[in-house]
Amino acid sequence: MSPVLAGVLQMLALVAALALAYRPLGDHMARVYSSTKHLRIERWIYRAIGADPATGMRWPAYLRGVLAFSAVGVLFLYALQRLQGTLPGSLGFASIDPDQAFNTAASFVANTNWQSYYGEQAMGHVVQTGGLAVQNFVSAAVGMAVAVALVRGFARSRTGELGNFWADLVRGTVRILLPLSVVGALVLVATGVIQNFSGIHEVGQFGGGTQQWNGGAVASQEVIKELGTNGGGYFNANSSHPFENPDGLSNLFEIFLILLIPSAMTRTFGRMVGSPEQGYAILATMATVWLGFTALMMWTEFSHHGPAFDLAGGAMEGKETRFGIAGSSVFAVATTLTSTGAVNSFHSSYTGLGGGITMLGMQLGEIAPGGVGSGLYGMLITAIVAVFLAGLMVGRTPEYLGKRIGTREIKFTACYILITPALVLCFTAAAVALPTPADSMTNTGAHGFSEILYAYTSGANNNGSAFAGLNADTQWFNTTLGIVMLLGRFLPMVFVLALAGSLARQSPVPVTAGTLGTQKPIFSGLLLATVVVVTGLTYFPALALGPLAEGLAS
Amino acid sequence: MNTSAGTTARLLGAGLRALLVLTALCGVLYPLAVTGIAQATLPGKANGSEVTVDGEVVGSHLIGRRYDLPPKDGQETPEPDLTWFQPRPSNGLGTNSVNTQYALVLSGATNRSGDNEELIDWVTDAKAAVVADNSVPGHPVDPADVPPDAVTSSASGLDPHISPEYAALQVRRVAERNDLPVHRVAELVRDHTEGRILGFVGEPRVNVLALNTALKELAESASAH
Repeated sequence: MSPVLAGVLQMLALVAALALAYRPLGDHMARVYSSTKHLRIERWIYRAIGADPATGMRWPAYLRGVLAFSAVGVLFLYALQRLQGTLPGSLGFASIDPDQAFNTAASFVANTNWQSYYGEQAMGHVVQTGGLAVQNFVSAAVGMAVAVALVRGFARSRTGELGNFWADLVRGTVRILLPLSVVGALVLVATGVIQNFSGIHEVGQFGGGTQQWNGGAVASQEVIKELGTNGGGYFNANSSHPFENPDGLSNLFEIFLILLIPSAMTRTFGRMVGSPEQGYAILATMATVWLGFTALMMWTEFSHHGPAFDLAGGAMEGKETRFGIAGSSVFAVATTLTSTGAVNSFHSSYTGLGGGITMLGMQLGEIAPGGVGSGLYGMLITAIVAVFLAGLMVGRTPEYLGKRIGTREIKFTACYILITPALVLCFTAAAVALPTPADSMTNTGAHGFSEILYAYTSGANNNGSAFAGLNADTQWFNTTLGIVMLLGRFLPMVFVLALAGSLARQSPVPVTAGTLGTQKPIFSGLLLATVVVVTGLTYFPALALGPLAEGLAS
Repeated sequence: MNTSAGTTARLLGAGLRALLVLTALCGVLYPLAVTGIAQATLPGKANGSEVTVDGEVVGSHLIGRRYDLPPKDGQETPEPDLTWFQPRPSNGLGTNSVNTQYALVLSGATNRSGDNEELIDWVTDAKAAVVADNSVPGHPVDPADVPPDAVTSSASGLDPHISPEYAALQVRRVAERNDLPVHRVAELVRDHTEGRILGFVGEPRVNVLALNTALKELAESASAH
């Protein structure tokens, strides 16, 4: 069997697995967020928090919950790293410096998981398992909560209430993420991912002598790293490390986990607004982008243009033998079209165009299918832009799911769309214009520029993958990327929740013959065009200086 | 103003309590439960898939390593021990820069782009070395037959596998260095070649540690006779 055919069959298997999980998981999530019942463990948690889960929150209260919980998360994770040197169970690892501790705390709370540290030689058990892994759960649950709040904004009428943040946070964690993680972690262990607390220990080696391994609770962290579209690796090499991703099957399973919740959330959305077809229309756009990007990536990586790859006879630099070109390409696209950022191969050593595809995937706003929660609200925001454009064409007040998209709504939408590109382009320009940040580049020329563009693209979109040649452990990058990740995560959430509040107050507009059929294939096409035009054009000049220049030169 | 400060404090207090409870759940109970089940049911895999020969651990089935000669005085990079099958290059392997108290096995890629001069040099040199090392009298290696994995570094730097093509390329050299018949070594490579899982998942590969372990056994039994 040719490697290309094997890659295509792996994609088919992936599509089949996602399709099988789509309805049950999507319906389950819709029930979780609509239920009025509380599990016993949830009641205990609410009592500990001191929150009444039945209290409906208006959007400012919901937002305050999100921000308070996340602010505490940053402070807690920062303190944990700063105190690592004195905490037990830290394997003797030293405390993390202030700039790097801030960067890492911001990164994990913002669901980015950008890492400027070496996992296996910087973080002990306590920080990894009790700090970083916990944010993998709760930052994902926060993203899902905000998405659900927006969906409720569409589904509800003449109310300002979007639900209870604490209830959504706890339910997302307890009823969705935890059960899936327990099962997924054990599947990963069965493929060979390690799960122990042996710390650093000596192991015999072939030919005599010993080697030192770093053990840890890897499988339990690996599964939520993919499932929660987080991406922060236990080890420096992330999901290319054989202890995180031992074979082709674990690789396919991890890609499945990355795409599972974001794609199924379109079903949740459809169910909650009372029309699964609305979810299918969005899913169709997501799937088209995902399949198109994967095909392009396979094409460019298999044809391996670039002097070093021509010499080697294939683009295997930075890729593992057991995954090959196909398994690496599928993973790279899935991780950058979601907000995951885990890598099983190193994007900096992709072909020029391949590297560009990973960057463009993030720049589209990570909406195909996007991060857990953030993918859905990102795509719904784009859908609002699409109906607005359609409304302009025919001269009608645009409406979506029975809600008018008026001045107020379109202002929030525009702010959402503008934040991320502004962060990416301004900070990239500053880093390139200033004298010292460029010292961090490993490669020169167009690829060096790409390293910096990639870093801010990844930070602002909460992805977390890197053109890892960039030495990001400097005060400049730790600080600016930390700020970019926080702003790129929480400013858009402000506008999403404000929009949700505004929609929830409206009375529904009756469907007439002139209503745009947003459940139809033609709308999926319009949505696709909007994604490409709005976000694609924003970044074209920057992409032309980096990956396009490199790709066209080779 | 006071009420607003009070509200904020109450809210942060609720956030902290929520974080602590969820930390107990997701950061303590969950990993302990998964570790307990994993250690009870799959201890070998949960502890790193160690490979044991005659009761001695010789490494992990999953972690690749180098097979080099002991470095001579003043030598920066050790030379490969050509008695053994050689793994892929690992130019991006990390070094203990943060935690110098340990000699940890670290992971890492080169992150060099396709037009990077250093990478071009590494590939050129690696190709020349593979051709020179594996050409035996009467059987020169054609540079066009050197597969890409033989001259490129992996993503983790710990790739435990090589392609079946690279293993096949090394057969004559390994046979010569170990005084073994070529067909026996070729048979060994065939026995250790793993196909795609279920016929389409992953790529065909040869585990270098498993292959060298078997080679050592073969060489020892051959010299005993």
